[in-house]
This record gives sequence, structure tokens and C-alpha cells, in this order.
Amino acid sequence: MAKFSKKRGKAKPEVSTASLPDIIFMLLFFFMVVTVLRDAELKVQVNTPRATELTKLEEKSMVNYLYIGRPQPRYQELYGTKPRMQLGDKFANLNEIPIFLEKHKVKLPEAKRPRIISSLRVDGEVTMGIVTDVKTELRKAGQLKVNYSAKPKAEKFTRN
Amino acid sequence: MAKTSSRDRMNNEINAGSMADIAFLLLIFFLVTTTIVEDKGIMVKLPPWSEEEPDITKLKERNVFSVLVNAQNQLLVRGEPSNIDNLKDRAKEFIRNPQNRPDLAERPTKAIISLKNDRGTEYKTYLEVYNELKAAYNELWDELSRQKFGIPYSEDMAFAYKKAIREEIPFVLSEAEPTAFGEE
Repeated sequence: MAKFSKKRGKAKPEVSTASLPDIIFMLLFFFMVVTVLRDAELKVQVNTPRATELTKLEEKSMVNYLYIGRPQPRYQELYGTKPRMQLGDKFANLNEIPIFLEKHKVKLPEAKRPRIISSLRVDGEVTMGIVTDVKTELRKAGQLKVNYSAKPKAEKFTRN
Repeated sequence: MAKTSSRDRMNNEINAGSMADIAFLLLIFFLVTTTIVEDKGIMVKLPPWSEEEPDITKLKERNVFSVLVNAQNQLLVRGEPSNIDNLKDRAKEFIRNPQNRPDLAERPTKAIISLKNDRGTEYKTYLEVYNELKAAYNELWDELSRQKFGIPYSEDMAFAYKKAIREEIPFVLSEAEPTAFGEE
């Protein structure tokens, strides 16, 4: 009896955990690939205001982003503190908007083009002057679907 | 000789048992740090560009709900200084006009909200005002939807229902060209 149990104990019937790291790594890579990091580095300070009547932007590929805000402190020496617009990853002037929109448009199939939305990510402290100018440019370029990016408010208007 | 071989057997493998823990740590780090950016905002349909300003003078005064926001972020609603807190309720009352008052909109279809701001108005204030006006419409749509169809109004309800509601109370918000005050 004693001999029997001793032999068994030596054999150590364990489940191999050698492949566990591989499984975890696979999960890790999955998450790393799936989570999309913000594609453009923000050169302006954008702190969007809060609002309640929000609509979610469904298709990311249909959205182009226009950032408006004061330049970040490290760019202020070069660009000043006046509110500026950022398109893609660089500061831009108003007359660059049509080209920016066109560049985004050609990437999409023709059928989808009327559904393009421009997301305006505007800092809350910025005055309406530059925002109006951007809006005017968008209207001139025929880009009429606009989304004023905002954060949800705590006391949300509920429909119940 | 036998001794060394037993030593080899003992040391020729690195213990990979903690590998899983390391990978887990990395995984948790990524899970925590990556915030899935939720893109939300107020949807707006801009009017097509035209050179001349639309003429709102030929509209009846009772049908126009004018909101002015100046460069000091103060509100002027229908000619009197106002507060943002009751803007939504005032707008709702104006659009629906339940008591048929002669100074409010004739019908919801005729109601026009006119929003005007200065170039010096803060974007935050502008968006707050816009949000309140949109909220007024959303609440009216919701009330109408419950009354007519018995379901709450939502963006993804049946298209026919939505259309019927939108026809009864259309969203008309006209934005005038801002005045050049307070531009920095």
C-alpha cells in the first residue's frame, strides 16, 4: 500500500501551464490591437464643454476632426496664445479646410460620402469668432453635418 | 560524473511559471490605461451657404423666439434679459403655446428660434444655450411621441413615427451671422 501511493506521488500528474503565458499574450495583443489610440497628437488645448443632448458618433471612419483651442504651452512661443485650429496633426489656417475635407472624402466610397460628419472639438473657453469662421468655411465647402463634441453632463435629461 | 548530470537536470530550464503573471500584469496595465474614447456631441445640420442673409423681418413677431448671447455671456430672450435655467421651459411654452396666447407661436410648425451671438461669446455658453434649445425640442418630441404612439422618443425609433413627430414639431433654429463684438 505504502509503495503504491509513493509511486503515484512521484509521478505528479499536473496540468501543464507552459502555454498559459502564450494565451495571456494573445489576449494582450488582441487588446493592444483593438484599442485605437488617438491618431493625432493634440497641439491645442481642448477641454470640451458639457451638454445633455448628445448623439453618439457611430462610424469612426466617417468622421473628420477639427480641433480648436489655444496652443499647448510648449507651442505658445511659436504660435502665440490666440485660439488656433488644428487639422490632422498640425496647425492650420481657415483656407486649408476644403483641402482637408476633400482629402478625407476621397478615402471613402462615393455612396458613403453624404454621410460624412465633421466633429468640432472646441475648447469651452474659446470665443465664438473662430468657431463661426470655421462653420462658415464648412458651409462653403458643403460639409453641413456637424457634431459639436461635448462631454455628458452628470444630471442627464432622462426620457423616463 | 553522475553528480554533474543531476545538476544539469536541475538547472537547464528557466522557470516559466511567472511568465503568465508578467503577461497578466501587462494585460491589466493596458486594460486600465486605454480609455475607449467615446465620441459624443450635439448633432447640428448647418444651413447651406448663401451670400445673402435670410430676411426674417417678414416673419410675424409672435412666431420668432429670439435668443441673443452677448460677449459678456449674458442672455437676451425676446427682448428681455434672461437666465439660462428657464430657457428650456420658455422655449417649450413658446413652441407649443398650450394656452393659445397671442404673443407665442401660432403653431409649432410656424415657430422659429433665432439664435444670435457675438464673436466674443464664449463657446461654452453658446453650446449651453444650444443644448437647452435642443433639449426643449427633445422633450416636446418625447411628449408627443408618448401621447401619439405610447413610446418614448428616441433617435432609432421607426422612421415613420419619427417623421410624423418631426412634421408636427419641426426643429427650426436659425442662426444669424454674429456681430463683431468682443473678438480677442
